[in-house]
Amino acid sequence: MLIRHTRPSDVKPSEITPRAVFADRRRFLATAAVAGATAVLSPLLAGPAVAGRKLDGITKSPFSTDEELTDYKSVTTYNNFYEFGAGKDDPVENSADFEPRPWTVAVEGEVAKPGVYDLDDLIRPHALEERIYRMRCVEAWSMVIPWVGVPLGDVIKRLEPTSKARFVAFDTLYDPKRMPGQQRAILDWPYREGLRMDEAMHPLTILAVGLYGEELPNQNGAPIRLVVPWKYGFKGIKSIVRISFQEAMPPTSWNIATPHEYGFYANVNPNVDHPRWSQARERRIGEFFKRETLMFNGYGEEVAHLYTGMDLAKFY
Amino acid sequence: MTPEQRLRWIVKPLVFVLCLMPLAWLAWRAVTGDLGANPIEATNRFLGDWALRFLLITLTVTPATRLTGQAVFMRFRRMLGLFAFAYAVLHVSSYVGLDQFFAWAEIWADIVKRTYITVGMATLLMLIPLAATSTKGMIKRLGAARWKALHRLVYPAAIGAVVHFYMMVKADVREPLIYAGVLAVLLGYRVVAAWRRGAKPARRTV
Ligand code: HEM
Repeated sequence: MLIRHTRPSDVKPSEITPRAVFADRRRFLATAAVAGATAVLSPLLAGPAVAGRKLDGITKSPFSTDEELTDYKSVTTYNNFYEFGAGKDDPVENSADFEPRPWTVAVEGEVAKPGVYDLDDLIRPHALEERIYRMRCVEAWSMVIPWVGVPLGDVIKRLEPTSKARFVAFDTLYDPKRMPGQQRAILDWPYREGLRMDEAMHPLTILAVGLYGEELPNQNGAPIRLVVPWKYGFKGIKSIVRISFQEAMPPTSWNIATPHEYGFYANVNPNVDHPRWSQARERRIGEFFKRETLMFNGYGEEVAHLYTGMDLAKFY
Repeated sequence: MTPEQRLRWIVKPLVFVLCLMPLAWLAWRAVTGDLGANPIEATNRFLGDWALRFLLITLTVTPATRLTGQAVFMRFRRMLGLFAFAYAVLHVSSYVGLDQFFAWAEIWADIVKRTYITVGMATLLMLIPLAATSTKGMIKRLGAARWKALHRLVYPAAIGAVVHFYMMVKADVREPLIYAGVLAVLLGYRVVAAWRRGAKPARRTV
């Protein structure tokens, strides 16, 4: 992935540092700091340690909504990311020290080009796009988030799945030391998600590596996560380390935990309630009044055809 | 100042103000915009937490009195119980007035369809007669025995509040389980005390 530093003194805006070089330099800086040059180097170290590295060369997308964005603070402090704790403010607090680099993603299963890919090798061949999407959480709140990412379909095409690949499965990193929420079995770790192949290939589905023009903050699923805007937020698996192509429908975490509450499809659907609350309305974060929830989160025109003939009350 | 005066004019008002502190804290956070991205949810949960906490605090009064032999604790039981009720009413009000904004059809649907809301409603309904009969006059009118029998409703109400909390949680039930543990100790104490009383029927306690 291409990165650019925010501090003007560091690197000229035009200069682009490949992530590996950058990481090496950081390691060097860290060593140097330990060696005793703390006073001089700590500002340099402090810079890269915080989120907010700008992403370069982002193009706009016709798939973006022009709705008002949810403010950056809400997007980055009100999160469901149980790997860092079950409270909404746990992820931002408990992920501060999480180091999402270096990062590799294992590609497995029914695919012509399996292997362990460095994140850059997976993403960099594709142009980064800004995708401003509605995000509807299964808990009946919603946001509008300017993601930065690449279409999952483009990445998949490059990996060349075989004709047997009917589903794509994803795993989150399992590392209880770095993800303290995993020290307790709230969910059956690692977090797992999956899509039907046609859902994965749909142009709305993206692998996000940033938001608000910057690299993904840890609490939002750094360094790489899934975004499927017509599905409930929990389908958007975070900190992905494995992508597996398979013939059978993969098990998914919330479905394992409470099968009668969370299904595999998890399409936003105001007509099918969660057993414990209504899905007819939602609170857009920042607004007082609830608003009507839209079928497929308002992306019905693009995706409804994927589900023709399916009983969505049964396949929730 | 006699001890009675000190209790009346200093300690009780102090405890009263102390019981208002969570509310003051909530108001402060609301005014300073410190309730996070979803202030309505934060408010509702905060008030529900304190309703439950005050209910449990109220239930510690009798054991505390018995264990320490300090009858003075009993003087705070009514106030604490009424605060539990007040926070419960505010909690439900925030659900009706902030969360649902008086969408009565939705609220009714929630009450009948969502078990955790049904349980919350039942809990509130149990607390209402307790609050309504909390005055000296009502105790007299009902008679001590009937009043006491009625006020045993606080036990199912406390259980209801914990169950309500437990049922609304998505996956991490640790917090409601802590409350359940505290409640189990408080109720367990009463069971054991009653059992001992049964063994030695001569001893009479409140
Ligand atoms: C009609 C009656 C009631 C209704 C409609 C109601 C509704 C609710 C709602 C909507 C939530 C939050 C759910 C969420 O944020 O996802 C909640 C949570 C809660 N309620 Fe109630 N409630 C009622 C009565 C009570 C009573 C009487 C008590 C206690 C005495 C109580 C204690 C709690 C507690 C402790 C929580 C959990 C707060 C937390 O998450 O920290 N509720 N209730």
